[in-house]
Amino acid sequence: MSAPLLELNNVSRHFGGLKVLQDVSFTVRPGTISGLIGPNGAGKTTVFNLITGLLPPTTGDILLDGATLLGRKPHAITRAGVARTFQNIRIFKEMTLLENVIVGMHRHLHYGVPGLLMALPGYRAAERRARDRARELLSWMKLDHKADDLADNLSYGAQRRLEIARALATEPRLLLLDEPVAGMNSTEKSELMREIVAIQGRGYTIFMIEHDMRFVMGLCEEISVLNFGKIIAHGGPEQIRSDPQVIEAYLGREDDEVSVSAGGAA
Amino acid sequence: MDSFDNFWSIYSNLVLSLGVNALLALSIYLTLSCGMLAMANAAFMGIGAYTSSILTMNYGWPFSAALAAGMVAPVLVALVIGRPTLRLSGVYLAMATLAFGEVVRLTVLRAEGLTGGALGLNGIPQLTQWWHVLLSVVVVLFVLARLRRSRIGRAFEAIKEDETAAGLMGIDVNGHKMLAFALGGAIAGLAGVLNAHLTFFIGPQEFGFDRGVEILTMTILGGINSLFGPVIGAVIITLLPELLRSFKDYRAVANGLILVVIVLFMPKGLWNPAWLRRRVGLRGRKGVTP
Repeated sequence: MSAPLLELNNVSRHFGGLKVLQDVSFTVRPGTISGLIGPNGAGKTTVFNLITGLLPPTTGDILLDGATLLGRKPHAITRAGVARTFQNIRIFKEMTLLENVIVGMHRHLHYGVPGLLMALPGYRAAERRARDRARELLSWMKLDHKADDLADNLSYGAQRRLEIARALATEPRLLLLDEPVAGMNSTEKSELMREIVAIQGRGYTIFMIEHDMRFVMGLCEEISVLNFGKIIAHGGPEQIRSDPQVIEAYLGREDDEVSVSAGGAA
Repeated sequence: MDSFDNFWSIYSNLVLSLGVNALLALSIYLTLSCGMLAMANAAFMGIGAYTSSILTMNYGWPFSAALAAGMVAPVLVALVIGRPTLRLSGVYLAMATLAFGEVVRLTVLRAEGLTGGALGLNGIPQLTQWWHVLLSVVVVLFVLARLRRSRIGRAFEAIKEDETAAGLMGIDVNGHKMLAFALGGAIAGLAGVLNAHLTFFIGPQEFGFDRGVEILTMTILGGINSLFGPVIGAVIITLLPELLRSFKDYRAVANGLILVVIVLFMPKGLWNPAWLRRRVGLRGRKGVTP
């Protein structure tokens, strides 16, 4: 078993007296697709906010490749190799798709002030490389034909895919997806599923929060289940599906329906 | 040539203040393009004006050195006050920077020995040549145009649209805000230096609240979609009092009205390429699918 890429050790987060997360521990192995599921309000997005440095944990430690991420600003954590998308889409609406993605390459554009003032060859080459790479990333998400459109004009599903392309532009080692298929129809979902598998195939590690059972069960090798701020189960899709605690806490009433649809995806 | 000399002798001050105001409008454009409503630019202009005037009058510095000092001084002040204030946003940042402006004005009033207090500084040597102003505007426009097309300009725009998302793209949000603030300070200081050595006299009331609102009005009027916007806004706001001479008592009222009308009806300002393109009926961006 390889060393974990991401490791959460007994992470807790309190908002005043409210214990949103209690002693959450799990690991993400490099090269895998894994997921975090749980009912609404279980604290899933808070986990992402802690990993990306938007919130500090109350106690516990978060490690990327064995080095702690605590106390680092969000931009420093991005530079360390973590990128994410948002549950409520946060693209730059007044920019074109291409510009959105190039913003993600910020730290990879190495040119100094003289270079950019004089438009020196180094600057021009770096900008050209950035545009080429941005088009490539857009093509991964099947958006390259709209590269020069304003992001605001995209459909909801396309905006979600643009967010993934933009996150990939930071060249992350770990890609966090916050409900990537929320609001998508079934065709869009299965397309995105293929695209995520292809991203994994290119060597990225993916960790997602998702409500759509069929999507999670179909993609993830490992799943952690969060309920009321605690991890109640961890394992492969089959294991999770048959875990009595999970069924009780989360799948409970919809057990039959979910089993059927998840089986259909496998 | 005679008619030009005639024109120049009457209007040279007006033409040169067009340039100075364009610089001021561009200085606040920088912070606005980064999504910050910082109202410190009038104070930065005053710091530049006083620094350079005192250096040329009392210490006999050459103009070039005084000009450099008049740009560096507001940058240093910006770096100090930026750390606590730039964490604020929206109206709170505007309040904090307005308060800073008042602090600067009152300091100038009290430091009579150095600044002449309420009487201001008289007899500043007229060292600003017309080409100094022209060159400054051209250089500033050039630098800002290059910045817009670089990762720094894109970072500003990303921060303006969504600070959190910009940070998660690896952009050092606080660093870029500070850069916009300090660079705006340098440009406002430059405008202050050129203006002081043009007009012979400066006083603390020139750099107060009214001036701050005027600077903001110019840039909001023109719009911040491109660099033309602030320049156009500056030209209009500078020429308007000349055209409406008989109403000069109501100048501040006119500026306030312009601000209200623009914000209500043309929130993106006069210079809005996308809107113009739509009006003219040209196809705007490439790849617009029917």
